[in-house]
Amino acid sequence: MSIESVAGPIPHTAMLPPLVEQLHSWVITVDHKRLGILYILYALVFLLVGGLEATIMRIQLIRPHNDFVSPQVFNRMFTMHGTTMIFFVVMPVMFGFANYLIPLMIGARDMAFPRLNAFSFWMTAFGGLLLYFSFVGGDGLYGAGSAPDVGWFAYAPLTSKTFSQGHSTDFWTLSLLISGFGSVGTAINIIATILCSRCNGMTLSKMPLLAWLNLTMGGLVILAVSPLTAAQLMLLIDRYLGGHFFDTQAGGSAVLWMHFFWVFGHPEVYVLVIPAFAFASEIIPVFSRKAIFGYPVMVAATICIGFIGMSVWAHHMFTVGMSSNANTFFVLSTMAIAVPTGIKIFNWLATMWGGQIHFETPMLFCIAFLFQFLIAGLTGIMQAAAPFDWQLTASYFVVAHFHYVIVGGILFTLFGAFYYWFPKMSGRMYNEALGRLHFWLFIIGFHLTFDFMHIPGVLGMPRRIYTYEPGRGWDIWNLIVTIGVFFQAAGVLIFIGNLVWSYFRGKLAGSDPWDGWTLEWSTTSPPPTYNFRAIPAVKSRRPLWDLKHPEDPDWHYE
Amino acid sequence: MSAPSAVMAQSDIRWNLPARGPVGMYCLIAAEVAIFTIFVVAYIFYIGKSLAGPQPHDVLHPPIFLTSCLLSSSLTIHIAVRFLRGGTMMSFALWWVLTMVLGAVFLAGTIREWRHLIYEDGLTIQTNLFGTTYYSLVGLHAFHVIVGLLALGTVLAFTLRGEVRKEHAERADVLSMYWHFVDVVWVVVFLVVYVIGR
Repeated sequence: MSIESVAGPIPHTAMLPPLVEQLHSWVITVDHKRLGILYILYALVFLLVGGLEATIMRIQLIRPHNDFVSPQVFNRMFTMHGTTMIFFVVMPVMFGFANYLIPLMIGARDMAFPRLNAFSFWMTAFGGLLLYFSFVGGDGLYGAGSAPDVGWFAYAPLTSKTFSQGHSTDFWTLSLLISGFGSVGTAINIIATILCSRCNGMTLSKMPLLAWLNLTMGGLVILAVSPLTAAQLMLLIDRYLGGHFFDTQAGGSAVLWMHFFWVFGHPEVYVLVIPAFAFASEIIPVFSRKAIFGYPVMVAATICIGFIGMSVWAHHMFTVGMSSNANTFFVLSTMAIAVPTGIKIFNWLATMWGGQIHFETPMLFCIAFLFQFLIAGLTGIMQAAAPFDWQLTASYFVVAHFHYVIVGGILFTLFGAFYYWFPKMSGRMYNEALGRLHFWLFIIGFHLTFDFMHIPGVLGMPRRIYTYEPGRGWDIWNLIVTIGVFFQAAGVLIFIGNLVWSYFRGKLAGSDPWDGWTLEWSTTSPPPTYNFRAIPAVKSRRPLWDLKHPEDPDWHYE
Repeated sequence: MSAPSAVMAQSDIRWNLPARGPVGMYCLIAAEVAIFTIFVVAYIFYIGKSLAGPQPHDVLHPPIFLTSCLLSSSLTIHIAVRFLRGGTMMSFALWWVLTMVLGAVFLAGTIREWRHLIYEDGLTIQTNLFGTTYYSLVGLHAFHVIVGLLALGTVLAFTLRGEVRKEHAERADVLSMYWHFVDVVWVVVFLVVYVIGR
């Protein structure tokens, strides 16, 4: 549907253009809202694909000596699952929300560089297609293809020509290289937009927290994804030009790849989680009917997380034999990051404290996020201690820990964000009953899967094994874990169904269904192409509160 | 349906935001710095670890003349942008061309150096770790010089068609930031490869 038709002053009577023309307009668009929606839809498709890969792995592991898939296919599944979920689900969906929301929340008409924005999206999109083309072309032009099977962190020397023949690893490298250019382009755009396009009166200290957190995320993307780009270039030089960067036969170092990968890999976690914090920081106040508690401290804690997050990478490498000084440094820096994160959790709790809490679906997901992210953080601190990590590294305990972060923390707030901003993006309300059903199915499935996944890890089950012997005490836990997956899958299908159904049949949302306070709720749903008829001016962090309560505006207190 | 934003209170704060061009370029430079950092770290990490083949002190000679060419091109592009800001188009074009010539001389010197290394000294990217890291790091920098020359050439083409005017000075200035960055990186590469690494 045409966006102008809803919002413009001219009544909508003209016929919609033919389908081909509509699709064409989406392909050539430079509008931040359309690109945001493209990012989000693209990520949802890959969410289903990545989820399917996880389901295949869990079916294989449901009982010992299962032969649902071959070991080779299992290796491809965990490689593709990890790569897809990190690079082609969570990152694009976060960029999508950032794209859609930041200009609306800071009172701008578009991103700072609209054409760079479109370029970045299409780079990411082609990167994902290239990765999945490996299923067809991985072996080159002869024979059946195969997807990469080197794991999502692709340790040397697995990626050398000797151990990884054909082109599967090249597809992995090139797709991450290309989508990396897109990510850096979007990060540049986000930072430039926030610094250069804020509306009148919106000083940095009056920005919505979502803008602050995405500013930090943009900085992290620039500093974290670029090293990955460099490392991928080196891998390409090794594979195509006969270089020796990671070739131990010629004196090269496999550990250097680990450092280069995790210099990207750990800040990447914060790239993913900081936008999730941003959603929680917008949703929790609105559904608690209170302004966010400790705004300046939230900003400081975020930037603190960004800085410390750059210096913790080698806690992924405690078992490769670094010096004890290095181990100690990374233990301490990793533990230090718990402090700003804890500050954030207390601030969200303090925001809810004494508020009028509305338990709508977005808020349900955010409350679950608070509990689950706390547990994820606690197992994180356990593994930050190097001796503990020596025992449990590369076990299912680690897998359970980081899925607690990414699913229990990030995906839950992401679902909250979907429900919270769906009325703004589509103009229609989602179905609340289906939303709650999704929440309960997903939370049951999540806890069945990832709570119980810790136990086989403690009992010694290594990650990435395609099957296991019976009688090690792992069987029942693996069965429970796999059962949980089906609850989660049902929840996700209901979620998608709810979005599709509500888009066509949901009741009209109006411009401000949540009685919100930030600028995106001041324009129509969906917003017109130009966002705001007149560029707004703000005097506080909650401009719509000021507008709705002229007798008691926020700027009296800030 | 009308947007209430139109009736919002006007702020009494004077409103000055940074221009998007320099901010975007600073971000791009930050990303490039991160990429070069990884290559420089790899170079330093592998100094003296080659198992066979030519070593740096046998085959490398500090390219003092080429370095002075590249570094002085920073000065010439700065002067060129100043002339553009003042609206003196002829001087702008001359200094801009001079910048490109200096960049091209640098590239030609790199080509000569590589040719000598490959054909006389037998050092290729496959020979040893020194070859791998040397060609990668210097090549990455040379690639950035080439991109810079293409961008400068685009501006020159528009200038010759008379389409560049005084009001484009800010944009030319953003491009000059990139060029300065390429020069600064060379200082680092020079120190690492030709001073420390030898």
